[in-house]
Amino acid sequence: MIRLEGVGKHYPGAARPAVDGIDLLIEEGRTCALIGPSGCGKTTTLRMVNRLIEPSSGRIVVAGRDVTAADPVKLRRGIGYVIQGTGLFPHLSVAGNVATVPRLLGWDRARIAARVDAMLGLVGLDPALFRDRRPASLSGGQRQRVGVARALAADPPVLLMDEPFAAVDPLERGRLQREITEILRRLRKTVILVTHDLDEAIRMGDTVAVMRDGRLVQHDRPDQVLAAPADAFVAEFLGSDRALRRLTLLTAAAACRSGERPPEGAPEVPAEASLQVALSILLGSGAEALAVVDGGPRPVGTLSLAAIRALAAGLPDPSGAVARSPPLV
Amino acid sequence: MVWAIENGDVLLEATLQHLALVGQALAISLAIALPLGILAARRPRLHGVVMALAGALYTVPALALFALLVPLMGLGQGPALVAIVSYSLLVLTRNVAVALREVPADILDAADGMGFSRGRRLLRVELPLAAPVILAGIRLTAVLQISVATVAAFIGAGGLGDLIFQGITQDHGDKVVAGAVAASLLAVAADESLRRLETRLRLATGLAG
Ligand SMILES: Nc1ncnc2c1ncn2[C@@H]1O[C@H](COP(=O)(O)OP(=O)(O)O)[C@@H](O)[C@H]1O
Ligand SMILES: [Mg+2]
Repeated sequence: MIRLEGVGKHYPGAARPAVDGIDLLIEEGRTCALIGPSGCGKTTTLRMVNRLIEPSSGRIVVAGRDVTAADPVKLRRGIGYVIQGTGLFPHLSVAGNVATVPRLLGWDRARIAARVDAMLGLVGLDPALFRDRRPASLSGGQRQRVGVARALAADPPVLLMDEPFAAVDPLERGRLQREITEILRRLRKTVILVTHDLDEAIRMGDTVAVMRDGRLVQHDRPDQVLAAPADAFVAEFLGSDRALRRLTLLTAAAACRSGERPPEGAPEVPAEASLQVALSILLGSGAEALAVVDGGPRPVGTLSLAAIRALAAGLPDPSGAVARSPPLV
Repeated sequence: MVWAIENGDVLLEATLQHLALVGQALAISLAIALPLGILAARRPRLHGVVMALAGALYTVPALALFALLVPLMGLGQGPALVAIVSYSLLVLTRNVAVALREVPADILDAADGMGFSRGRRLLRVELPLAAPVILAGIRLTAVLQISVATVAAFIGAGGLGDLIFQGITQDHGDKVVAGAVAASLLAVAADESLRRLETRLRLATGLAG
């Protein structure tokens, strides 16, 4: 759990605070994507959590402990940290990099070696092939995987990530986003992910926190933010295609009227496909409804264009299709 | 040439003396420049002072500096050592500071974020990454000190400079050439061997190919 209470940062000599009284609660095991235009204070907010920057005001609680009362060096060993350029140590092997925090914590050699291999496996790098390589010989995506493995090596409950995939090529980025999200969910890490990429925020965040000029303007589930932007700024930041983006968050199975027989000759859509895919099929075929199929003998239900339209507009959702995470408190 | 062959033992002794002098000067310079450079890398004001002084000192001719030191220190090996060290110290300090400042900021940020203490970060991250540039500074300093040490014979340093000065006063051309060639060879050898070490170190730190 990470809780920010009235947290502010006023850099000396700056005309106005870079971060201005932020309240933010991220529940245990959840990822919060912190998003907003460049210079709005995302990085400053993130770096106050592990006290790389000292807050000017407010309180930050991580895993039940007030970070401002902790010894910063010890505190940081218990908080994973991933940055854009990865900051891998070029003079150490991949294994040496991943072993960094366990070494700082004084683990014994055997435990560290086993942990390094486990971590590399976790992020999809074969330990036998990668253990002894140098960061300079890796691709951008591989480096970022090592960066994540390094951050998770000592099993911190909390992870801070600052634009971790910004330097990775788009194809690899999508793959990384999916894989890392899956890992973080499975390990129940509490994560703050700073990004300026809306797709990344939606893909990876259980919640999205939108910042503007040092203030938090909205914090909600991605579908809620897309459906109901708090103000004109957020709406503009999300873009006029936000209704379409929202459809990527919902599956055909969750949005269809289950049990209802589709019209004769209706095109099929896989149950786990997103509504964006379903909409594309509908528009492409000119049909009014789709048969949602899951490989069983008969369709699981019917998905109509009208239902998609209603969901995209963020209308009350009778089927409860938007249920990726429980409501925020 | 004839002189050098007939007086091989004299030449060898002068060379060894020269090496010993430079070795001591280099060790003393390093012992001062390393901590001073580390400090300067962290304190912008000190860094500015070191940079300015190093630049200024470098433009003072070695002989002039040594002459200025004579009234303070007198003549002999000790004062010569002080003179050589003071002439090259700031150059080495500047190199150490620059080397540390060139360590990429994102690497330092990552180190801080993972919970390195200041001392540990210096030993495990900054110095290893700065090592090739620091070594380049040591190489430049060694070469500089080998040449400056010949001039330091003027205030009693001994070594190859002695042969040169003696040769000049005795109007003995061969002796001058022997001393000069030996000093040059020494400088070239130091430069080349340290350069090789530097390349190896550069590969080891993984910063440059
Ligand atoms: N160390 C610093 N000293 C002074 N001002 C800073 C410092 N770091 C960031 N700022 C300023 O604070 C504001 C927020 O910066 P930052 O948190 O990096 O934003 P973001 O990560 O959202 O791009 C910017 O106006 C930036 O110029
Ligand atoms: Mg930033």
